[in-house]
Amino acid sequence: MTSGHILKTAHEARELIRSGNVSSVELTQSVLDRIEQIDGNLNSYITVTGGKALERAASVDAAIASGDLDGPLAGVPVMVKDNMSTAGTLTTAGSQILKNFVPPYDAHVIERLNEAGAIIVGKGNLDEFAMGSSNENSSFPPTRNPWDTTRVPGGSSGGPAAAVAAGEAFISLGSDTGGSIRQPASLCGVVGMKPTYGLVSRFGLLAFASSLDQIGPFSRDVTDAANTLSVIAGHDPRDSTSSLDSGGVDYAADLNGDLSGVKLGVPKEYLVDGIEPGVRAAYEESLKVLEGLGASLEETSLPLTDQALAVYYIIAPSEASANLARYDGFKYGHSSESAQDAWEVMDMTRGEGFGAEVKRRIILGGYALSAGYYDAYYKKAQQVRTLIRQEFAGAFEKFDALVTPTSPTVAFEAGSRTDDLLAMYLSDVCTIPVNIAGLPGISVPGGFSDGLPVGLQVIGPQFGEQTIFNVTYAYEQATEWHEAHPSI
Amino acid sequence: MPDIPSAPSTELTTGSSGQRLSAEDVRYAATLTHLSLTDEEVESMRSQLSTVLDFFQTLQQVDTTGVEPTGSPTDVRSVMRDDEPTPSLTRSEALANAPHTEDDYVRVLPVLGR
Repeated sequence: MTSGHILKTAHEARELIRSGNVSSVELTQSVLDRIEQIDGNLNSYITVTGGKALERAASVDAAIASGDLDGPLAGVPVMVKDNMSTAGTLTTAGSQILKNFVPPYDAHVIERLNEAGAIIVGKGNLDEFAMGSSNENSSFPPTRNPWDTTRVPGGSSGGPAAAVAAGEAFISLGSDTGGSIRQPASLCGVVGMKPTYGLVSRFGLLAFASSLDQIGPFSRDVTDAANTLSVIAGHDPRDSTSSLDSGGVDYAADLNGDLSGVKLGVPKEYLVDGIEPGVRAAYEESLKVLEGLGASLEETSLPLTDQALAVYYIIAPSEASANLARYDGFKYGHSSESAQDAWEVMDMTRGEGFGAEVKRRIILGGYALSAGYYDAYYKKAQQVRTLIRQEFAGAFEKFDALVTPTSPTVAFEAGSRTDDLLAMYLSDVCTIPVNIAGLPGISVPGGFSDGLPVGLQVIGPQFGEQTIFNVTYAYEQATEWHEAHPSI
Repeated sequence: MPDIPSAPSTELTTGSSGQRLSAEDVRYAATLTHLSLTDEEVESMRSQLSTVLDFFQTLQQVDTTGVEPTGSPTDVRSVMRDDEPTPSLTRSEALANAPHTEDDYVRVLPVLGR
């Protein structure tokens, strides 16, 4: 029964293809059937490219049969967040300003997925331009959490997280500017990984905040995340921040369950005010599991953690206000029909095309960067950013990795934070410091609270991807949280 | 170029009450960022963003005397490729998403004459 395969991991599905038990066409069809069956309730997808996917699966099946294509993602159905350019396929960034935008080229990560033989089945829902923590800022019907459809999936990569949790894709790609992969992974009970800044090229990613944005995978286990990162990492001359010494690493090759001698720091500031008792209990239980695997754990302090949220909400909107200047109504996207001259086209196109949160952040960024306020806000934030980087660097002289909760709460009720900006912004309090310092971080299923998933975050030093994969792989071997699936 | 008003004269306060945004501040930022806003939007942003600016006051607790600002989180420098012509988008691909075109050009409404 093909339909019985949809909640397997990608590496299990790949093995079924390899052994001839199932074809990529059959696997792709079962995922498309699943989308047809449940996505009316979930809204994980903005666009489903079923016809293209089936054609592609047929050619990948042939390439696998002839021995031309191998590797961990060959024939595996995947979803990509709708802020990554796909040649010939609608790419909206969740915004009305791009509701008809069909890019003429593929993002770097799309090229990598295609070369690896992955089957892209569609584009994932997101908060508009990746600005949000609940998916409720999407200008399309918002994604809901597959564990409880009255709740949010997190954001901004809510669609990619929900799709992997619910069997609508084996793997997905998201982007993470302040937690937009890890927080929804936590709320949806899947693995979500944000690589070191510069490890994965952002060429073709619709830019939000260029000193923070990074692309990474969602998956149902750590092995799949490691395999996917191996496919998408590597230098790309089209992204000037792309690391030169990256690529060609098989992150899944040497994963094992032994943490003997591994030193893990437990930063006390991440047990923030407002952390739910059930989240705290699951986290403390996870720390015991890691200790039982041979790791040595020690409490540590990162006092500037509290400042990271303010740093983020100055730097990210400032960079966004500049990046989003390109949506002017002339070159692509929505163009106001009621304007009388070119200046009005710009002003009105943007007023009509952007949603409330995007407008708020453009105004906030424009204000923070304006003459007279630049030093007090933007420069101050950049200086504190330096101190946060130094604080992490100090911690990594002592520890191999840091272990924290991913989100202070489980998935919250839809609508419960939409009127309280700061409450919504606080959703990312445990994930934002990682982006500020350009570090790799991963969230893995780390228990349940009242029947809803809780995530465990492991943070590594820059280019310490292998370490955090090792730690979370060992944890995964010792727990069963990743084997639980929502009943949708 | 439309007239850009000079910045409102509001002084940045760093006391416990924090910075309050005026409607003029919001309209000024909207002019700088070319964003048309309704009166209702200006009012709701003024109130919501004032709360956010209050929150930013927490940074004043951090002594940053002599600290270099961080623009990019890694030490990787911008990498320039060789300046050699390579294939790029065709003209029709580049124009395919433009709302209004004429021949091989993007067509825009008059810039002057407001």
